Amino acid sequence: MPNALKTIAQWITYGMLLIAAGAAVLANKADTALIERVRVQVIGAVAPILELMASPAAGVSGAVDSVRDWLRLADDNARLRSEVARLAEWRAVAERLEAENADLRALLNYVPEPEARFVAARVIADSGGAFAQSLLLNAGSQHGIAKGHVVMTGEGLVGRVIGVAPRASRALLITDLNSRVPVTVGVHGVRAILAGDNTDLPKLVHVEPGATIVRGDRVVTSALTGAFPPGLPVGMVAETERLDASVRPLFDRSRLDFVRVVDLGLAPALAGAMKPSVANSGGGTSTPPSPSPSASGARLVGSE
Amino acid sequence: MRPSLLRRLDTFARQVTPFALTVVLVLCNVVPLRIPGLEAVAPSLPLISVFYWSLYRPDLMPAAAVIAIGLLQDTVSGAIIGISAAIFILVHAAVCAQRRFFLGKPFVIVWLGFALIAVAAFCLGWMLTSMIVATLIEVPALLARTAVTIGCFPAVAWLLLRCQVALLRSV
Repeated sequence: MPNALKTIAQWITYGMLLIAAGAAVLANKADTALIERVRVQVIGAVAPILELMASPAAGVSGAVDSVRDWLRLADDNARLRSEVARLAEWRAVAERLEAENADLRALLNYVPEPEARFVAARVIADSGGAFAQSLLLNAGSQHGIAKGHVVMTGEGLVGRVIGVAPRASRALLITDLNSRVPVTVGVHGVRAILAGDNTDLPKLVHVEPGATIVRGDRVVTSALTGAFPPGLPVGMVAETERLDASVRPLFDRSRLDFVRVVDLGLAPALAGAMKPSVANSGGGTSTPPSPSPSASGARLVGSE
Repeated sequence: MRPSLLRRLDTFARQVTPFALTVVLVLCNVVPLRIPGLEAVAPSLPLISVFYWSLYRPDLMPAAAVIAIGLLQDTVSGAIIGISAAIFILVHAAVCAQRRFFLGKPFVIVWLGFALIAVAAFCLGWMLTSMIVATLIEVPALLARTAVTIGCFPAVAWLLLRCQVALLRSV
């Protein structure tokens, strides 16, 4: 009899714990901000341990890298030589364009974009998974990182900071299911939204009707929502299949060691741009969105 | 009294070993190894550990410890908080219910049992996550991850067995 009681007590415990887990799941939906706060608290606590563990792991990956590099030495040399030749030509072009740009800016009275500040941070955890794609970084609010800052590598956009602890932060990759990045595609600047789906190749959705997208088109951010500055490189169109197009990001997931967390001075613009849109969705009468100084500064000057 | 206190501390340290080891595996799982392609198919080490300890030392892996591990896993990996916790609890319940059947059986049978439970766990994770985010999660990567997790079971179980033999024989 006591055994039976014990079994019943055991099942009741399971039931209660399952209900608790279910409540936690619902809390994700109900109070995203609270969950993110709890998450960064925990992350802040485990970050030092992760950082410790990441150093030997970096040693392992360093060894893997050097073997890989040795194997490809000849190929790499040939490729780099041709690239140097090609880049030298581009450099001349860039210098000419820079001078031209400076002249044109002077002619137009162009207001320069706010200067970007950046913090270099080490990736201490990469939860690549079918369920979530995020990075933990070893720098946080103490280092000037705030929610909404843009995470980049030298190659291109990686993601955005979504949670900050004093000494650690969490970044959502552009490949995550919850990531939506307004982008423009190709030389004609076709507008679209880059939507992550937890695979390596995020998809383009809400593509401007009637636009054509071809394989190899360059994808860059657009300033549409004020969350990103325009023109950050994101990736290349990898595949197009009728209306669907997938994009290969420029960063190499297996080489994400250090990233740059960039404060592009967009935070005030974002706050300004978000509030009216919330009001709009709530009721009919609302004030028009206040112009965001940094995101649309150039256009304003141009139209005056 | 001193030796007895030390002894109690020692026993306590040994008793929390399964829990501590599983926590370490949770953290190991997210440490970036930067091996190309690994991120997409990295095995779920905590699942193996929860299965192993629930089977061989359920007294040292109570349900409350399992839910704590699940919550930590979700928090650190960035998944929806509570999903792994629910899955681990169900794995724990399933293993405890079938414990009598598994104990004393050859390793291949235990492995097979783990394979079944791993498939069920990943299916459940897929269903719950897809439901909550209201999008169908891509299946191929998940299948690969399940296969790798099942494939890694003998190696991880062997390591855990070494720990069990070394530290928990007397506890």
